[in-house]
Amino acid sequence: MSSDGQSAPAPAGTPSNAAAAPAPRRAVIVGGNRIPFARAGGAYAKSSNQDMLTAALDGLIARFGLQDERLGEVAAGAVLKHSRDFNLTREAVLGSALSAETPAYDLQQACATGLETLVGLSNKIRLGQIDSAVAGGVDSASDAPVVVSEGLRDVILDLNRARKLPQRLQILSRLRPKDLAPLAPGTAEPRTGLSMGEHQALTTAQWKITREAQDELALNSHRNLAAAYESGFFDDLITPYRGLSRDGNLRADTSADKLASLKPVFGKNLGVGATMTAGNSTPLTDGASTVLLASDEWADARDLPKLAVVVDAEAAAVDFVHGKDGLLMAPVFAVPRLLARHGLTLADFDFIEIHEAFAATVLSTLAAWEDEDFGRTRLGLDGAFGKVDRARLNVNGSSLAAGHPFAATGGRIVASLAKLLHAKGSSEGRPARGLVSVCAAGGLGVVAILESA
Amino acid sequence: MADKYTQLVNQGVGKSVARKLGLPQPAILRRYRPGSPLVPGPVVVLGDSPASDKLAAELLSWELDIRRHAVPREKLGAIILVLDNVQRPEDLGRPVLAAAASLRDLAPGARVLTVSRPAATAASPAIAAARQGIDGLLRSLAKELRAGATGNGILLADDVEATSPSALGAVRFFLSGRSAFVDGQFLTVSGQGGTLPPQADTPLAGKVAVVTGAARGIGADIARTLHRDGATLVVVDLPSAGDHLAAVANEVKGTALQLDITRDDAGQRMIDHAVQRHGRLDIVIHNAGITRDKLLANMDPARWDSVININIASQLRINEALLASKHFRSAPRIVSVASTSGIAGNRGQTNYAASKGGVMGMVRATASLMAGNGGSINAVAPGFIETEMTSRIPLALRETARRLNSLKQGGQPVDVAEAIAFLASDAAAGINGEVLRVCGQNLVGA
Repeated sequence: MSSDGQSAPAPAGTPSNAAAAPAPRRAVIVGGNRIPFARAGGAYAKSSNQDMLTAALDGLIARFGLQDERLGEVAAGAVLKHSRDFNLTREAVLGSALSAETPAYDLQQACATGLETLVGLSNKIRLGQIDSAVAGGVDSASDAPVVVSEGLRDVILDLNRARKLPQRLQILSRLRPKDLAPLAPGTAEPRTGLSMGEHQALTTAQWKITREAQDELALNSHRNLAAAYESGFFDDLITPYRGLSRDGNLRADTSADKLASLKPVFGKNLGVGATMTAGNSTPLTDGASTVLLASDEWADARDLPKLAVVVDAEAAAVDFVHGKDGLLMAPVFAVPRLLARHGLTLADFDFIEIHEAFAATVLSTLAAWEDEDFGRTRLGLDGAFGKVDRARLNVNGSSLAAGHPFAATGGRIVASLAKLLHAKGSSEGRPARGLVSVCAAGGLGVVAILESA
Repeated sequence: MADKYTQLVNQGVGKSVARKLGLPQPAILRRYRPGSPLVPGPVVVLGDSPASDKLAAELLSWELDIRRHAVPREKLGAIILVLDNVQRPEDLGRPVLAAAASLRDLAPGARVLTVSRPAATAASPAIAAARQGIDGLLRSLAKELRAGATGNGILLADDVEATSPSALGAVRFFLSGRSAFVDGQFLTVSGQGGTLPPQADTPLAGKVAVVTGAARGIGADIARTLHRDGATLVVVDLPSAGDHLAAVANEVKGTALQLDITRDDAGQRMIDHAVQRHGRLDIVIHNAGITRDKLLANMDPARWDSVININIASQLRINEALLASKHFRSAPRIVSVASTSGIAGNRGQTNYAASKGGVMGMVRATASLMAGNGGSINAVAPGFIETEMTSRIPLALRETARRLNSLKQGGQPVDVAEAIAFLASDAAAGINGEVLRVCGQNLVGA
């Protein structure tokens, strides 16, 4: 094990302790539902997180006939969250067609929120604590919380504590005009002051990711997503909302020329050519997603489909603050650790889903895995970790085309991947395997393995 | 909910003003509520055939107040004229005039029902004349009834008894509030088959039904009505209507299937969904349909083809899959939504009327294919129904259209749904290949 603590605990191919332990029962993915994702300020500009999560939940209930059902637990979360939404998920459950006796909790892990709810709930099912669950996530960049300035907040709180009028007047006199300006939520990393895009620009430059490669990935994302819609792939994964029946960000008619014509927006002060544009970065997005999880027994008793099994998951974090790794590079470490635990390599996966925070994030991740030196020095391997077959990568499009309502992305990816795996497993008569990788703010990353059920 | 004019003339000042001015006074119709009485008063069964005695005896077992002679000035719930054995036109006089004496005693929302046999199979010209005479009699009588009372007829094929399950099923349907907007119509019972439900309020208990076009309008009410009657629902609509569909699915506690019914595999996907999720498939309601109105001179291929494809071609493809499926062989029922436009024609609706005429042709021709498994296929032809679609008709035209029937009002989506729910029940198994109009006896195209 190397000193940086990020290397795999065991070399690839070695059976892990987890595999040797008595097998817990399976957590299966029954299916999913999401609302189409909308660009911020668009179709869902007036929708709250609770509205959207409830809509996604109600669509899931309708698809699987879960009305009045008391589920084991519902977990979801939002990254941009109003303080009044302290019980967001529970409130969505109460507003849905589920039994009011379904417990719920909120979870927040930046963009990994959605995937982490899946991990936590599937573990509960595996342990026998619950038999059924809904994992989800929602985010609204349109209906973002706006807070008052620290100066005004200070005055209001002191006023509340003051007893006498002179005291109150004295406190009020501290107010300055600038205190009255509201504060919009920042997207900058608290410890570096850099936006996510600027952070990625550093990584993009480090791995020498070209503009052309990024635009090509973005183009494929749009083309793949559009083709999936055309084939009816999303007919049982999406329920329309507020007049939108497809992702508002999808540009089926975009082209390499159009993408190439966009001006760079991130990394303009790095001294190397800036490559990241609005076309190869995800826009701010509104949306919600849900995934229905169950034990085999629970699903069988209700004649519900079983698409895939949640096999295992791994979280990682990187020290981006001191520049040791890029902000969004945690999955680069999480995936080798997870695969090592199961004796798997990238070639063992039929589908690989890497969340497209930016096209360059995906390409930097792939570049790191293909790098001999990085594999040896940072991953503790004999050489490069491996190469992702591009034909298996984000085959039905990903966040660049669909958009990325932070906490909702995990559920989007998982439900689509589960459906893909089920189809692949059925048509080939063997278990099909899929990998999910989601990077997140704070240098976080969560990855998971799914297998056709 | 009755239209605003109907509400106005049914209360207080509006009622007396309308009466004094001689304005039309549409009644608030008597509609079915679970647990409500079948008819709003005693039932007089007239006629002197053995069938009339048997029918009266059977109705007694429904705990109805059955009379063989009316008592003057007692409010009646229904008059049933059993005329199955008329031999010549002169035979009609006695029972018909007996009924006439009681017409003024009919309670609001009462029913007049004739039970007779088809003229086409009559053994002699005199019998045929008598039987056909009932047709004209009933249709005229229905136009004379007031206060939401309706008149309809049951035609029993020659080998079908008046107390056969489907004859009784039809009697129950017509007497009940389920037939509120069915007026001046004849329904033929051609088979002895069928079973009356153990629980009259849940005739579809244990059945699994697919309803297409269920996201809104009539389709949503069909889903609600079948659910109320005990069925488990699979509601189908286009993926783009999925949000409304989900709301309906959650309301009727069924499952939503987002599916374009014009897909080649639509029928198979319905079967697969119903069987996998609910273990069986008993009932398919072809409700999905569109209008793309244009005078024929201005018609374009897109308008014509889409209407034909969605309204009739898709139904034929789906039926083919249903008929071929081993999962649709236990007393299966198909009910299609046709339209009075397909019977009487409607300016600007050549494409729509062609498609709806097609539905009726399909239903008649598919009947024999369904009969083998104790199944049936029928259509319901709505007249003017108060829906989102008809609410877009310009006011003056809409106001004219909705008053042009014996009940002087548009029907509600639930009226169509009630007729469909009846035809989808096992009590209607002996009714096959029929088209039942739900039009309040529309004056056009009768």
